[in-house]
Amino acid sequence: MDLHGFGHLLLAGTWVTLQLAFASLLCGLVLGLVGAAAALSPFAPLRWLALGYNTLMRGIPELLLVLVIYFGATHVIEWMTGDYIDVDPFTAGVAALSIAFGAYATEVFRSAMQEIPAGQREAALAIGLGRGDTFFRILLPQVWRIALPGLGNLFLVLLKDTALVSVIGLDDLMRQAYVAAGFTKLPFTFYLAAAGIYLALTIVSMQTIQRLERWANRGYRGARA
Amino acid sequence: MSGAIVALSGWLETLAGDAEPWASYARYLPRIVDGLWLTLELIVVSGLIGLALAVPIALARVARAPALWMPAYGYIFFFRGTPLLVQIFLVYYGLSQFETLRAAGWLWDEVLSKPYWCAIIAFSLNTAAYTAELLRGAMLAVPRGEIEAAQSLGLTRADQLRRVILPRAFGIILPAYGNEVILMLKGSALASTITLLDLMGATRSVIARTYMSMEFFLLAGVLYLLIAALFIGLFRILERILNAHRHAPRRAAAPRP
Repeated sequence: MDLHGFGHLLLAGTWVTLQLAFASLLCGLVLGLVGAAAALSPFAPLRWLALGYNTLMRGIPELLLVLVIYFGATHVIEWMTGDYIDVDPFTAGVAALSIAFGAYATEVFRSAMQEIPAGQREAALAIGLGRGDTFFRILLPQVWRIALPGLGNLFLVLLKDTALVSVIGLDDLMRQAYVAAGFTKLPFTFYLAAAGIYLALTIVSMQTIQRLERWANRGYRGARA
Repeated sequence: MSGAIVALSGWLETLAGDAEPWASYARYLPRIVDGLWLTLELIVVSGLIGLALAVPIALARVARAPALWMPAYGYIFFFRGTPLLVQIFLVYYGLSQFETLRAAGWLWDEVLSKPYWCAIIAFSLNTAAYTAELLRGAMLAVPRGEIEAAQSLGLTRADQLRRVILPRAFGIILPAYGNEVILMLKGSALASTITLLDLMGATRSVIARTYMSMEFFLLAGVLYLLIAALFIGLFRILERILNAHRHAPRRAAAPRP
């Protein structure tokens, strides 16, 4: 495929896409863990909050979320602090994508936490671990193993959703393909090239996820929970 | 219908007076309602085309001949592995690269140069890939005994598919297909990027006039949630009907003394 000298632009865009995806993954995982903790909390208002977050984000298009945060965040910050702060597309994109990822991750983490036998927690308490230690040393390592397939799927969705941030002008892979297509009048070539790069990223992610799963299950040969 | 909406809009506007954002909501009600219809139309039309395409793709995917399953596998992999936005742009902007297509007369003038049909094509191809993958899983999950029963009744391979395997598979995928429709609803907002005035596009055009971004984004969000709730309810009912055997009265299964 002849890219007419725009190949390096696509690569630069790919790098932005990857940064966007991984920044959103990290923030989204934190949101998902907090959401799951809220969903399993004995305090009812926290549970309602988690349920509301989940329901809301499942029914709202990601594009709407991206636009709301990009155009709305400035208003909200101005209204709350009185300062006019421009939200750049990258920050807005990370916020929108991690909120969307977090909502689905909440469900994944919640069901994973519920799958861990109650005896594990009781045993941890019995040998005198505190609540924090019980969570971080006993429960969380096991949660990862169960949650990994679900999180892997969510990451693949997230990777594709990064293309939406091009709508608000972030120079990611999608936007660079758009620019190159406009310059060369070869839209099919460049969108197909972008599609090829997204496919390659998907393949690499899938294999990485598989490897992570194998690693997480190393102590459980033939006994997948 | 649209006359009634305009009348309703005028009446609500006098009712709202100067109270924003309600006055603007009332004034732009006809546009938003038009957008809502277009969003629903996009989902229903491309959903039906996608479903029709998914059946042959899924059949090819489970076939043993490499000439059948390999293209189906490639199709599903491409459409599930690339962003919907890329697919829409490939159809809407991409196809204009080909001289022969632009010279195709009616096909180009009435279909491939129109954003509406490009959106329908992209959404249909996309949802067909996801649905075919669901169907494939479901066809493999049809209990072995039911297929054996169909075989022992002497049904031909085509009749087995038409009367036993596919009906069962549709029942199995129903809950997952409901999710797919919700995902399609959310994806349909991308139609606004190729100038279509769907719910998202209408909202953006109203915001461009009124500068009331938060108010109208909020309205659009609520409307999307309502549509999602509508589809979830619809699929609940459909599941009661199609999977009636799962909701049979318990009493019938009680052991006899």
